Amino acid sequence: MRIALFITCFNDTMFPGTGKAVVEVLERLGHQVDFPQEQTCCGQMHFNTGYRPDAVPLVERFARVFGEYDAVITPSASCAGMVRENHPVLAADHGRAELQQQVAELVPRVYEFTEFLTDVLRVTDVGAFFPHRVTYHPTCHSLRGLRLGERPLELLRAVKGIDLVDLPAPDSCCGFGGTFAVKNADTSGAMLADKADGVLSTGAEVLCAADNSCLMHIGGGLSRQGSGVRTMHLAEILAATEGGVR
Amino acid sequence: MTGQGVVWLGSPSFPEAAREALKDGRLRANLKRATTTIRDKRLAVASELDDWEALRESAAAIKRRTARHLDRCLLQLEESVTAAGGTVHWAADADEANRIVTELVRATGESEVVKIKSMATQEIGLNEHLAEAGITAYETDLAELIVQLGDDRPSHILVPAIHKNRGEIRDLFTAEMGSWGRPAPDGLTDEPAALAEAARQHLREKFLRAKVAVSGANFAVADTGTVVVVESEGNGRMCLTLPETLITVMGIEKVVPTWSDLEVFLQLLPRSSTGERMNPYTSTWTGTTDGDGPQAFHLVLLDNGRTDTLADQGGRRALACIRCSACLNVCPVYERTGGHAYGSVYPGPIGAVLTPQLVGVEAAASLPFASTLCGACYDACPVKINIPEVLAHLRAEVVEAKGRSAEALAMKAAAVVLDSPRLLGAAQKAAALGGRVLARDGRIGRLPGPLHGWSDSRDTPQPPTESFRQWWRKNKEGSHEQP
Repeated sequence: MRIALFITCFNDTMFPGTGKAVVEVLERLGHQVDFPQEQTCCGQMHFNTGYRPDAVPLVERFARVFGEYDAVITPSASCAGMVRENHPVLAADHGRAELQQQVAELVPRVYEFTEFLTDVLRVTDVGAFFPHRVTYHPTCHSLRGLRLGERPLELLRAVKGIDLVDLPAPDSCCGFGGTFAVKNADTSGAMLADKADGVLSTGAEVLCAADNSCLMHIGGGLSRQGSGVRTMHLAEILAATEGGVR
Repeated sequence: MTGQGVVWLGSPSFPEAAREALKDGRLRANLKRATTTIRDKRLAVASELDDWEALRESAAAIKRRTARHLDRCLLQLEESVTAAGGTVHWAADADEANRIVTELVRATGESEVVKIKSMATQEIGLNEHLAEAGITAYETDLAELIVQLGDDRPSHILVPAIHKNRGEIRDLFTAEMGSWGRPAPDGLTDEPAALAEAARQHLREKFLRAKVAVSGANFAVADTGTVVVVESEGNGRMCLTLPETLITVMGIEKVVPTWSDLEVFLQLLPRSSTGERMNPYTSTWTGTTDGDGPQAFHLVLLDNGRTDTLADQGGRRALACIRCSACLNVCPVYERTGGHAYGSVYPGPIGAVLTPQLVGVEAAASLPFASTLCGACYDACPVKINIPEVLAHLRAEVVEAKGRSAEALAMKAAAVVLDSPRLLGAAQKAAALGGRVLARDGRIGRLPGPLHGWSDSRDTPQPPTESFRQWWRKNKEGSHEQP
């Protein structure tokens, strides 16, 4: 199986550790991962902010760069959702006929990281060790977009040493929403405050999720409050082992 | 024809209005309590039905089919209502509908009407219009009465006074009821039963006196000509049965083809809106009946922007809305800001898609952006309107309507950078460099310019010195065979 990592522009720039963690977990499970260097961005920011035509070259690039692979893995539920839900829309509305065909063929091979582990590789125990109190926030794209359901929790429960605690009101949006956090900063901040209170009430040392964008927002709020809670992509928890330090 | 009256003139944009609303701690507490309660009730009763998903699917299909044949359905409705003794009027916009209703009331010689809670008459501003013509409209729905006594605006589709708590309502009744009719009893408490009794006494004299009633409609059945009003208090039924003349104003999208279609909606609506298994007062009437109920019945069919909405393939789904307000109750944005911030008769997620379509995107340009696209509304919607998808569609329309802007230029530049691994790499190096300048202890605090809103309540992590692609090139490149 030829596996490609789609790191996403955001993780590439801000959270390279998440990409390293995905590579580490997959290699530990005996798979070779490729990183096609021509990859850039899925076009989500442009699409969600109303700049659809600007996103079309990114859809074309994505199809071109990843078309040859058997599986494209991304550590972002929202970018996976963008590819799955909206690349076909953009290809149909603005692209050439052959792009539609390319996108339709590629989309079923694009997986969010936890989907790939549980549905394709059929593993829940990836040999991780993480002796900390952790709570998991199901991001909206994990929960209602990709319907990841229990997948991330099954993976986390199999981590040795973990003390996994429930987050109150887990299905409530954290208030990030991409450019929403800038255009509607006050409302976003009010939602963030409630989410941060929920995180603090668990007594967790670490908050994890399948999207670093939401984590940067929640973590930014927790940091501003001076709380010691760390935010980590769940791939980084799954990559942690008894020997390694994270 | 563009919808008139839907937006409140002079309303600030959503972000500005929201900023003000968020400062009101009591409002937020009232909203949180109310929406959480109703949300939990809805979830409990919706999960009782094994065929809930099938019901939603059926409702969506009926609405799609009706929209496809709306012209035929409406003509059939006109024919059935006329055959049953009613009179049908067609109104292209709010002005025309207001004129028709005013003339109908004048023709009776009356100077007051009782009203049943209705979104369509809110939309066209009927009460204000009647007042200009010297006709007083009395709201008889308890929450609408509260809004009317407070000279306030509704902030929720189903619970227009959701922003008020018991104490505020007691104070309002005590201060205002007297100038509208029977005053509140002395020493009124804020006990729900006492408040309801005060409203009952106040309204009873209006029901008994009224010669004309004005209502909206939840549904109208094309093949039988039956109009349906769904309500919880029984006050609606008083208005529908006691007066001599009944005038119903109904959006054209409310028609359903057959009586049996109601079966689907009457299961979905109460569970989605009030969290009840069955609706308490469901009134249905077909034209007029000799010696029973109103002897004159007028049905005003209102377009007010609906035909334009129907013409938009990306947005027409919003017309399927049955005004249950489940999307408001689950919306994390609505829960914080309340309904007034939307500046529209239709607040919340459904308002954010309906309003710009009814009035044109330029007149409500901030509403499609008043959402994180979290998807809770779509999951709750009993007729499966994919609200986030419609919002994204409308955002593209707003951008197109605005043309050149600083944001459009920035987005264009970002698109160029993001379509080039080389430029993206350069931008990453610049970000790392900028981060080193701005960050203290690995964190970036307050930022100037358009990012100040973001940085007011959040730190930003310092961008790493090495991007993933740099790391890969250094450590992994060449170790794998390219496909």
